[in-house]
Amino acid sequence: MKLIKAIIKPERFEKVKKSLEDNNIFGMTVTEVKGRGDQKGITLQYRGGTMVVDLIPKIEIDIVVTDSESDKVVNLICEAARTGKIGDGRIFVLPVERSIKVRTGEELI
Amino acid sequence: MVIDSGATAWVLASTALVMIMTPGVGLFYGGLVRKKNVINMFALSFLAFALVSIQWVIFGYSLAFGQDVGGFIGNLSNAGLSLIGMGPAVVAGTEYPIPGLLYVMFQLVFATVALAIVTSGLAERAKLSGFILLALLWTTLVYDPLAHWVWGGGWSAALGSIDFAGGTVVHISSGFAALAIALVIGKRAGFGEHSIEPGNIPMVLLGAALLWFGWFGFNSGSAIAANGLASSALLVTNTAAASGALVWMVVSWMHGGKPSSLGIVSGAIAGLVAITPAAGYVTPISSIIIGGVAGALCYTIMLFRIRKGLDESLDAWAVHGMGGLWGAIATGIFAYSAVGGKDGLIHGNVQQFIANCAGAFAAVIYAFVVTLILALIIHKTIGLRVSEDEEYVGLDLSQHGERV
Repeated sequence: MKLIKAIIKPERFEKVKKSLEDNNIFGMTVTEVKGRGDQKGITLQYRGGTMVVDLIPKIEIDIVVTDSESDKVVNLICEAARTGKIGDGRIFVLPVERSIKVRTGEELI
Repeated sequence: MVIDSGATAWVLASTALVMIMTPGVGLFYGGLVRKKNVINMFALSFLAFALVSIQWVIFGYSLAFGQDVGGFIGNLSNAGLSLIGMGPAVVAGTEYPIPGLLYVMFQLVFATVALAIVTSGLAERAKLSGFILLALLWTTLVYDPLAHWVWGGGWSAALGSIDFAGGTVVHISSGFAALAIALVIGKRAGFGEHSIEPGNIPMVLLGAALLWFGWFGFNSGSAIAANGLASSALLVTNTAAASGALVWMVVSWMHGGKPSSLGIVSGAIAGLVAITPAAGYVTPISSIIIGGVAGALCYTIMLFRIRKGLDESLDAWAVHGMGGLWGAIATGIFAYSAVGGKDGLIHGNVQQFIANCAGAFAAVIYAFVVTLILALIIHKTIGLRVSEDEEYVGLDLSQHGERV
């Protein structure tokens, strides 16, 4: 199993969620986060100087899927979240050791 | 002539009531925008209050209420409030003497709230320097002449058009101004592509509460008397608000939505706007109809605006502009001489209906066209809109260096 950790632009969240739903991916954990990437935030130019807003609000989506679904989900998120501008986000794929359903204690594979 | 202490006391209190409407608009609008723009939206209302407070005393009051020049505007005979003092003066169309300076202050809080309503058209993208310039020009060249037409001895009053508390002056002017500005500066980034949701609905509700509360002073205080007329205006103001709230809720509910709190308070504001020109002229039963029609009408107009992809972001046009237009026409329909000495269409006075329509449509055209020209000039020169990056980061940080 894989944990897909996607950090995306907040305004693209609804589109990503819709795209995943359409492909029968329902489970997810969503967190409002702040961060920065290569661009080091946004620099605003003023006559008097510059102002750097270094941490930009983002949405983090955590989804656990089977190994075989992993590539498909990554592609879906990429397509739905892409605006083509700087700050579209990052996706990380991590291995998952165990996954347990709390209500039943059932071990999911 | 002696100062009437009853009228003076009520107008003093009403002035304070109306004052709270400007920050009320700030709360209402602040809650409707996204979290990154709340402070800016709220601050624009305070800024409007401060700017007009100074402009009004230096020359604004004189342009609105100074000696008539061609029925269009006042002259500068009262600039710097010269010739206006603490002594008694009778406001045109009323009978109780109050201190001249009190009327200046009472009218000042009307001018400020009008400008605050206009900020709807700039929501989440206003460049502060451009806004300040536009604000001063708008209040001088749009608000002040309109106030003169209706209350300062201008052509609209001469024609017989009646506007009790400023439906034309405050609401038509600000609503159509917001539309003109929105057309000039364009949509917010992402409008129509992804949903832009209100950041803080309880804040909107608190703003609406302050508006409803302040409106008692707005309409009842406009009687410039502590008497039966003021009491009647107070009552009809409340019933129109309630009726607007209920109708907007029911119509939006039946239209397949949910009975949202935003719908209830928007309907209340629509009812309050519509009853404003009529408050001193109609019966309580008429006020229920006026407010109810406003609730349904403004809701429909809002849907029309959204369908057309118009980003007049916080619906000043739908609620204040179109609600104000309906109110002006409704005053010409429902006025009853037993209340305020004027009969409207349903009591056989076609003339009143025609005069009110003429006054209202002239205000619509004047406010829209002049605002459009002012906004275009400022937008093409110093700019009315922030850069794309500033808009993305949010105006709280980019314009004020603050966050919630």
